[in-house]
Amino acid sequence: MKTITVTVNGAVYEETVSERMLLVDFLREQLALTGTHVGCTYEGVCGACTICLDGEAVKSCLMLAVQADGHSITTVEGLAGDKLTPLQQAFIENHGLQCGFCTSGILMNMSEFLEKNPNPSDDDIRHGLIGNLCRCTGYVHIVKAVRAAAAVGR
Amino acid sequence: MYNFNYYRPLSLEEAAQVLSAASDGKLMSGGMTLIPTLKQRLANPSDLVDLSEIADLSGIEAKGDTVVIGATTTHAEVADSEVVKSQIPALAALAESIGDPQVRNRGTIGGSIANNDPAADYPAGLLGLGATIKTDRRQIPADDFFTGMFETALEEGEIVTAVSVPIPKKAAYAKFPNPASRYAIVGVMVAQGPAGTRVAVTGAGPGVFRVAKMETALEKNFSANAIEGISVPAKGLNADMHASADYRAHLVGVMARRAVTAAG
Amino acid sequence: MPDSGTNTGIGASVRRKEDFRFLTGKGKYTDDLNRPGQAHAYFLLSPHARAKINGIDTNAAKQAPGVVDVFTAADLAADGVSGPICGWVVTQKNGEPHKSPAVSALASDRVNYVGEQVAIVVAETLAQAKDAAELIEVNYQPQPALIKMKDALANGAAQLHDDVPGNLCFDWEIGDKAATDAAFKKAHHVTKIDIHNNRLIPNAIEPRAAIGDYDSGMDMMTLYTTSQNPHVARLVLAAFMGLGPENKLRVVAPDVGGGFGSKIYVYRDEIVTLWAAKKLGRPVKWTAERSASFLTDAHGRDHDTHAELAVDKDGTFLGLRVSTLANVGAHNQIFSTATPSYLYGCLLAGQYRTPAVYGEVKTVFTNTAPVDAYRGAGRPEATFVVERLVEKTAKEMGIDRAELRRRNFIPPDQFPYQSPCLVQYDSGDFPHLLDRAMEVIDYAGFSARKQASAERGKLRGIGLSCWIEACGLAPSAVVGFLGGGVGQWESANIKFNPTGSVTLYTGSHSHGQGHETVFAQIISEHLGVPVESVEVVHGDTAVVPFGMGTYGSRSGPVGGGAVYKAAQKIVEKGRKIAAHLLEASVEDIEYAGGTYSVAGTDRTKTMAEIAFAAYVPHNYPLDVLEPGLDETAFFDPMNFTFPSGAYFAEVEVDPDTGVVTVLDMVGIDDVGTVMNPMIVAGQLHGGFAQGIGQALYEQCVYDENGQLLTGSLMDYCMPRADHFPSFRTEETNQPCPHNPLGVKGCGEAGAIGSPVAMLNAVIDAIGVNIDMPATPEKVWRALQSQAQAAE
Repeated sequence: MKTITVTVNGAVYEETVSERMLLVDFLREQLALTGTHVGCTYEGVCGACTICLDGEAVKSCLMLAVQADGHSITTVEGLAGDKLTPLQQAFIENHGLQCGFCTSGILMNMSEFLEKNPNPSDDDIRHGLIGNLCRCTGYVHIVKAVRAAAAVGR
Repeated sequence: MYNFNYYRPLSLEEAAQVLSAASDGKLMSGGMTLIPTLKQRLANPSDLVDLSEIADLSGIEAKGDTVVIGATTTHAEVADSEVVKSQIPALAALAESIGDPQVRNRGTIGGSIANNDPAADYPAGLLGLGATIKTDRRQIPADDFFTGMFETALEEGEIVTAVSVPIPKKAAYAKFPNPASRYAIVGVMVAQGPAGTRVAVTGAGPGVFRVAKMETALEKNFSANAIEGISVPAKGLNADMHASADYRAHLVGVMARRAVTAAG
Repeated sequence: MPDSGTNTGIGASVRRKEDFRFLTGKGKYTDDLNRPGQAHAYFLLSPHARAKINGIDTNAAKQAPGVVDVFTAADLAADGVSGPICGWVVTQKNGEPHKSPAVSALASDRVNYVGEQVAIVVAETLAQAKDAAELIEVNYQPQPALIKMKDALANGAAQLHDDVPGNLCFDWEIGDKAATDAAFKKAHHVTKIDIHNNRLIPNAIEPRAAIGDYDSGMDMMTLYTTSQNPHVARLVLAAFMGLGPENKLRVVAPDVGGGFGSKIYVYRDEIVTLWAAKKLGRPVKWTAERSASFLTDAHGRDHDTHAELAVDKDGTFLGLRVSTLANVGAHNQIFSTATPSYLYGCLLAGQYRTPAVYGEVKTVFTNTAPVDAYRGAGRPEATFVVERLVEKTAKEMGIDRAELRRRNFIPPDQFPYQSPCLVQYDSGDFPHLLDRAMEVIDYAGFSARKQASAERGKLRGIGLSCWIEACGLAPSAVVGFLGGGVGQWESANIKFNPTGSVTLYTGSHSHGQGHETVFAQIISEHLGVPVESVEVVHGDTAVVPFGMGTYGSRSGPVGGGAVYKAAQKIVEKGRKIAAHLLEASVEDIEYAGGTYSVAGTDRTKTMAEIAFAAYVPHNYPLDVLEPGLDETAFFDPMNFTFPSGAYFAEVEVDPDTGVVTVLDMVGIDDVGTVMNPMIVAGQLHGGFAQGIGQALYEQCVYDENGQLLTGSLMDYCMPRADHFPSFRTEETNQPCPHNPLGVKGCGEAGAIGSPVAMLNAVIDAIGVNIDMPATPEKVWRALQSQAQAAE
């Protein structure tokens, strides 16, 4: 067991974890932040567990909780303040989600993406989305929502 | 996942020390391959030594006619680096083609080459560019480093610290990705520069390899036409449900020609 | 997308009520739930496709740290718990019912596929359960596996099940054999195809999960599970698996992360998890790992078909003959017999007047995971056969693909139209759909685009499919006649609250389709309540009246119909209350948009006032009318619904690599009344992505030993965002004549019509017939063989 200190959505946590605990399990089970989802278990392919680690989108199922020691994490629960972010709002306006399971990972990935790419083409967005699998939407409305959020950002 | 001890040393010396003290220690950088392996219980190391917080292992700088990239530099950092983009754009593009954005934010160049997955991109990049791999013990030319499928010249406990990549006159990487995994079914780095004219292929065989016939032809005439008729034998190439050996052999030619054309 | 503005009724693109919780990470999926004191379960899965089990030693596992207990089939048998059932009896050619082997909830004396659940380990943590599972010793005696259908059907083949000779599940026929044979005798031209409909793995992004919970004080079991139809799960668990009675079992399907059919069924792991919770007297939680999802979720499709179309010299279709082998995997499940029979055979006439059709289907047990309904279920397979044949006929006869179809369409004035394949199509305007699709894709401009591609060294192709399907599952009488085991109505309960807001309880279940919004729109339209004031509750058998759940595009036509009917009951009761309050006769009370008025006067009462009066009945006709404003309705329509469409795909092929690039995908759909255009478009897009996935990327591959080679997302290619451009969809908004909302259903349409349109486009580009998925190597090889043939 190891004691780690992590900042999650602005709050500092000091927690004791097993070395083999994945970061996603730490967030979901130990901190009860269940908005971060596990879709593919082993491969780290689906992207549903994407969070931001020190501002960068990473898959929390491909990290151990102990690796996050000393770092700062934002999860989907930490995106909105008093009101939804333009990206979240654009997902509502453009029907960018259906079952919602992949959505948190997509929001976290696209949050970082829009910071790096304030004026993306559809191709840029589609390329940026390859780390997230969605089985419901065919991605059409997701791309539209990200494009709309970028326009609001500008 | 089985249980293990976890260390995150702050210096190379400390890392080497912890590793040598472990009964079956394993180095970890981004963990993009190691963690899935552990999750599937396909490996059972006694200790994990995480190199990610060793400050001087990360970073990119131009040094004379080379670009030096620290071992724990992520794929995203290489892809976005102004130094790499201006000096060796082919390498930046290669880094941008790895996995997906989230993987590129964690995965590192040192981790990739130490693992030497036969379908990874960096082995083709470093071999094709004639890079040198620096470790805590020595310098190893890429030609000697990649020895086989998941095999390298690294000795027990030896730690990759950086790679030094000579700046080519021209280079390009052409990749035919597996649509599911995004690993290379075939990836070809073609370069001409201080390390000579090189054609390095990943994905197709059990490990990265060079195509001497193409190199000779390109030495004389650096154009796609020059290698039009040159094929690699299918025998010994990888074959799986995604691509047969024949098809891979064919793709080596196509990707090599496309890389040559892109390199200009 | 049209702005919904202030209109929240039917036809408006009302933004979804459910989105806020998902966008803020506050959705509650099964794995997000935890019960006090819960233990964790892990299933030991068979590594063999076919083996005898000579013994299972769980002693070491039981002694492992943290282990609560380990159970095998023997423990379940002792408690009378049994396994998955088949929900549909198909009558064979010889008049006998299909063969449905008895299946236990954990493998007992044999395993029949890789991934079959053999034992459950329950431990304090999941890691401990997995550690202990490695200590279970199963004495397997491996036997040669039967993976291919022809091997399983071969004379002298070993049997998967002692009670199923020849591994034949059923041998079934539809249509008129004699009339079809006669039609072929008159044919000027006969087109023949041999095609494979590739096997798919559903891959909802949320893995299946279950939590069993037992309240010994109340003797009440609760199962939280990833189900598309919690009431059906309760019925089946109670009536067939020994986990009842229904009044002592509650099934909750909270937020569910996609289903696509794969979450219709009651799986072994759900049965065993629930049973273990009762056995152990503490909650037990299980969540599938993705690798287990690949192995154990019901797969889809997997047909081998030979088909022939008889045509006269002007291209008129005379007869269609279809012979199909369908793989049902290792054992039956709820819809695994209905899918390759009625849900397939009934659609073989397609959009055409073909007078004589004969189809026969043999279904085969193999040592692979069970195959069952997956988005479209039978109808994509039928569409694939018909539209490949028609496309090939057009090419062979030198008739334009659109023109050939047009010559054979059922004319719009011929509805209702009795198909030679049992069903009666209720409505459709196929020429209109095709006309519009040709306009949108710019069919006339294709040859110029093809030329432009050729100049860049690329092969361009266009593909069409004109398809029809039957969905809106219902009607009970027909389903029962055809062998279905349950009713197919849907229920709705509208509960006005005293202050005028509404809670709607529906037996449909939303796992992405947006019921919470669309059903609120129906209430808004008919009861004048804004959608914000309507709460839609679904997925919990403890609070919702009995329901049949969501599959077969039934929520809109059937579930929506029940909501409409309940709303009408509310309106009628409200009319009586209004008459009393307004001191007028009931006949004089008019109702519109949430307000009652006395005809010819300005005296009115709003629905909110009526609701208040109903619950605070101080001035109320208590002598003739009950208080309260709370109505339940069940709706069971008289026919299936028949959505149809015309889809075009346009692709470019790189001849050097065989890579297919999707350039355009256009769908013109008749899905009936469009209740929410934004949501309908989303449903169609998702269907397209799955259909194109089938056509170009996805395939389930077992090796000859029955090991699943595509058992991970690294090997099974799910479509990603950069695999295709944005799709273009339009709907014609032609109402269904036999349900009150005019809805036909849109959940499966995209996945039914798109695979064959896409494959037709690839074949058009390369000029060689190939099977799905059109992977780069397959396309490249086809081009190589063509080049060699030309030399």
